[in-house]
Amino acid sequence: MQTNAMLNMLKKIIYAITAVLILISVYLVLFIAPIPIDPGAAAGDPGNFKIFYFHLPIAISAYLSFFIVFISSILYLRSKKQKWDMLSLSAAEVGVVFAFLTLVSGSIWGRSAWNAYWVSWDVRLNTSLILFLIYLSYLMIRQAVEEPEKRARLSAVFGIIGFISVPISFLSVRFYSKMHPCVVPPCPSGGGGGIGGEVLYYLLVNFLAYFLLAASLMMLRMDNENLKEKANELKRKNNL
Amino acid sequence: MKFLEIARKDLLAEFRTKQMLNSMVIFALLVIVIFSFAFGNEATIFVPNLNKKIVDLLAPGMLWISFTFAGMLGLSRSFAGEKEEGCLEGLKLCPAERSEIYNGKVLSNAVLMFLMEMATLPIFIVLFSYEIKNILGLIVVVFLGTFGFIFVGTLLSALTVNTRTREILLPVILFPVLIPVILSAVSATGIMLSNGNFSDVAGELQILVVYDLIFFVVAQMVFEYTIED
Repeated sequence: MQTNAMLNMLKKIIYAITAVLILISVYLVLFIAPIPIDPGAAAGDPGNFKIFYFHLPIAISAYLSFFIVFISSILYLRSKKQKWDMLSLSAAEVGVVFAFLTLVSGSIWGRSAWNAYWVSWDVRLNTSLILFLIYLSYLMIRQAVEEPEKRARLSAVFGIIGFISVPISFLSVRFYSKMHPCVVPPCPSGGGGGIGGEVLYYLLVNFLAYFLLAASLMMLRMDNENLKEKANELKRKNNL
Repeated sequence: MKFLEIARKDLLAEFRTKQMLNSMVIFALLVIVIFSFAFGNEATIFVPNLNKKIVDLLAPGMLWISFTFAGMLGLSRSFAGEKEEGCLEGLKLCPAERSEIYNGKVLSNAVLMFLMEMATLPIFIVLFSYEIKNILGLIVVVFLGTFGFIFVGTLLSALTVNTRTREILLPVILFPVLIPVILSAVSATGIMLSNGNFSDVAGELQILVVYDLIFFVVAQMVFEYTIED
């Protein structure tokens, strides 16, 4: 009981830190941080390029969430412990939301930088879209199965397959022209390392803020799922 | 080698009625016919700055749309038939590894797909008065692409057969995973149709081979979880 109370306390502290950090990062980006990437001859207002501070950390958080789905799916199939299934579910839901936000923020930025919301044969755009679609179908599988054990098993299988297909998609779309800049090294085609100095610090604050946000949302979702379990158990006990 | 027996059983049952094969072939033909209605007039227009006719640009996409859509019909029935009368339980009782069931299903699905594709291609050539330049290259590309489709499709067919909305769910979950195969196959098919060599599609062929290998191996490992109860 003691450890449980401490765990809850710890969670609350993390939620509080997350909330404060998100507020700080929004303030920093909107009012203090410089324009992160040289806009060049972009069509829109150069100030629009500040969306980069949200775009990159959100995208990386989505990737991390999907990686968590992959790992916890494997662990579920090995151990058949329900907690791993709950973790996959929470990570997938958070990841889908973050992947969607990546697409939205990228499109808004693209409209300003390339004068187009979507460039249909670009590498990164398509991989992000595929990622989003795969995990959307992951959630659809979960919806389509009633029995908890079967649902956990089938979605774990898809969690593994889906994650494997992502790097292959990334490879396959590499054959087509590229528009999306490469900012996180290593960048084989050059153009990497566009971030340095001051920009990097602001970016790191944002990274921390969004990683914590993803983690907090996952923890909340898992608590939610636990409560649902308990409610169902109570219902069963009282024959409701 | 027990998977050969399982494939033989499937094909024997199929060729008694030819239900699945007939509907796959007819569906693929219908897709091609609809495309020929839709694009027929414009297809022969020559685009000077690409040095191609419009049909050259559309052909790989049309072929793969008809292949994958018709293949989907076969896949969604592949395990649904076993679900009736407890056939799947019988299969699981076979003294064989679970992955043998998967391999057998892969083989029988692939045979049906290839038969459907062999019927579709001539009709496509006739309807669009089309000339295929590199037929050997096309066969290799279609072979690799079809196996990629079947490897993932058979696994996901086994996965969706346990769900409430199986026929609807399969295409929804299969297509996102298939995107690498379809992209590379369409791109390589286009090059092969217009007289390309294997060296022109080396990248695409690599992707197809890697995809096929990875999913074949992963499916061997995870297939048993999709049918256990």
